[in-house]
Amino acid sequence: MIIRNARILGGEPVDLRVENGLIAEIGPGLGGQTVFDADGLVALPGLVDLHTHLREPGREDAETVETGTQAAARGGYTAVHAMANTSPVADTAGVVEQVWRLGQEYGHCDVQPVGAVTSGLDGRQLAELGAMADSAARVRVFSDDGRCVSDAVLMRRALEYVKAFDGVIAQHAQEPRLTEGAQLNEGEVSGRLGLAGWPAVAEEAIIARDCLLAAHVGSRLHVCHVSTAGSVEIIRWAKSKGWDVTAEVTPHHLLLTDTCAERSPVGPYNPIYKVNPPLRTAEDVRALREALADGTIDCVATDHAPHPVEDKEAEWAAAAMGMIGLETALSVVQEAMVETGLLDWAGVADRMSGRPARIGRLAGHGQPLEVGSVANITLYDPAVRAEVDPGSFASKSRNTPYEGMTLPGRVVATFLRGRPTVLEGKLQ
Amino acid sequence: MKHLISAADLTRDEALLILDTAEELAAVSERSIKKLPTLRGRTVVNLFFEDSTRTRISFEAAAKRLSADVINFSVKGSSVSKGESLKDTALTLEAMGADAVVIRHSASGAPHRLAGWVRGSVVNAGDGTHEHPTQALLDAFSMRRRMGRLEGLKVAVVGDVLHSRVARSNVLLLHALGAEVTLVAPPTLLPVAVENWPCQVSYDLDAVLPKSDVVMMLRVQLERMNAAYFPSAREYSRRYGLDRDRFRKLHEDAIVMHPGPMNRGMEISAEVADSPRSTIVEQVANGVTVRMAVLYLLLGGAIGRDIK
Repeated sequence: MIIRNARILGGEPVDLRVENGLIAEIGPGLGGQTVFDADGLVALPGLVDLHTHLREPGREDAETVETGTQAAARGGYTAVHAMANTSPVADTAGVVEQVWRLGQEYGHCDVQPVGAVTSGLDGRQLAELGAMADSAARVRVFSDDGRCVSDAVLMRRALEYVKAFDGVIAQHAQEPRLTEGAQLNEGEVSGRLGLAGWPAVAEEAIIARDCLLAAHVGSRLHVCHVSTAGSVEIIRWAKSKGWDVTAEVTPHHLLLTDTCAERSPVGPYNPIYKVNPPLRTAEDVRALREALADGTIDCVATDHAPHPVEDKEAEWAAAAMGMIGLETALSVVQEAMVETGLLDWAGVADRMSGRPARIGRLAGHGQPLEVGSVANITLYDPAVRAEVDPGSFASKSRNTPYEGMTLPGRVVATFLRGRPTVLEGKLQ
Repeated sequence: MKHLISAADLTRDEALLILDTAEELAAVSERSIKKLPTLRGRTVVNLFFEDSTRTRISFEAAAKRLSADVINFSVKGSSVSKGESLKDTALTLEAMGADAVVIRHSASGAPHRLAGWVRGSVVNAGDGTHEHPTQALLDAFSMRRRMGRLEGLKVAVVGDVLHSRVARSNVLLLHALGAEVTLVAPPTLLPVAVENWPCQVSYDLDAVLPKSDVVMMLRVQLERMNAAYFPSAREYSRRYGLDRDRFRKLHEDAIVMHPGPMNRGMEISAEVADSPRSTIVEQVANGVTVRMAVLYLLLGGAIGRDIK
């Protein structure tokens, strides 16, 4: 198959020959039988998400491995890391293998399960991390995401233990006592709205502690969904020390602020904007964008968190936390980072494919688009602008904060090991 | 004006219209027959997710004096627990043809959500730690009656501002009406970024009292003590309670207010609460009048037409 006139990382148009799941040849005017015309499209390495909630097993009403990976493919992803907070929790080799196999069967994108750090996410006893690492799912990323591993001793042990198989602990940084009943970023808006405040320090204090712990035991730490300017400062400091700390930011924290809870097209107190960690201030958004641009924050991760309609059609305090993001991530990153001149397409490829694949130790993903690489390719049209229509989503859920918003770009095609999973925006 | 959800929804003129309408309606309350035919055939639903007999009775009396049909709908326990959702309740009320829904709810913002699901007017009778606009209106009404003006009036609001819907609504409304509000509380009971609110802030009650025309004491809930907002009831009372000695620091025309229910001996001493300069009982009576004015204006009554 020939992909004709693709602009690799936004460069000059060239042709790519894809054979046996690999990129066999790159150059002008290649001949071949099947041709995909990529005129005007930017070619990126297939995107890799470090943070996806597929909800299966347990909450198949919100999402399944099938619908979640369809959404991923439509968003340009060729691999997603499936978070462990399912029911049952992904804390044994059996559960992670089941999720991994489902991903293989459906084939829309690779599903790399994340293992729980503690049994049942209870924060008391380590799960069998080694068994998950040795399973067919080859788990390397461990996280109690949704909950913080707040016990300092347990966190220390987890960081140490996973060194044996080059694992990483992905921490959901949220000091539990400081966030009891918390609803919205603690600041001017939460004060006015009378919603219980969620202070930035609850995130920052845990990140600071974990960086110090990781340095002390010489381990790898990954910080999930960084949301505050203070967190950025701490991570920048840890990296300057040469410590092995990486971090992610979600698309929504790059674009939206806590003022959405007060003023938005869908009215005040609409829990479509309720998310953990909460939306922060414009100052935080600015710091996060700069940190993603300068590499302090390594990657964009969606924290795609599907919820059925009834879990969001409620008063703010009663509604579920989270928003879906797989099918809008690239557009939001274009809007927040590319249109603002903070990242070029090579930067986008690095933050959404190369680095997340390396952090997850994911073989066969995040490779540069060059001869010999695995043919995981996303073709993206950055020139269009369209209103976000949740009706077109493959995700089972509709809890997107971008409904009706005009965003740039569209994923036209996604190739997984040379096989199209999406063509002309449609699932294959 | 379709709904009354936040005091911020009211312009200065709208707020004054409500207060002036209430003045006219107050005359009705002094007649032997206290009923007006204005809202005959209209249905007002009191939707209470939190127990508040005082507020419910006040709205009920207000609606009945305007001849509206009143349905009291109490939902025990929070809707956060299992059971009928707020949306389903809203759809039920919609099907019953409610012209106005008066809602009290433990979740901030519940009236905003409700307003998106019903066609009738929504009146916020207290939502979580957000607002209680009719309380602020009746407070302003009571102040104006006693002091003769609101413009330039110096009002101290003392106590648990962080969790107080009364404080939020009062700051917004009194600011719009030209009064100068000072919030007084221990730092733990003030919201973050309160310095950006349209008011002054102080930790020192003794310094604020001599300069105040009105002192509004807020109820302090004892469970706040267990969450370490202050060390003990005794210490709170000593630093922020209005007792006889502090009362003497007020100038002689100053009045004392409390939205009720009071913790006598905690934020206010019995002597102060029962003094002639306390408006606490008047506030209750004025509550009915002001709520009549709100229902009257929201449901399309024309002023002057059927009052006289």
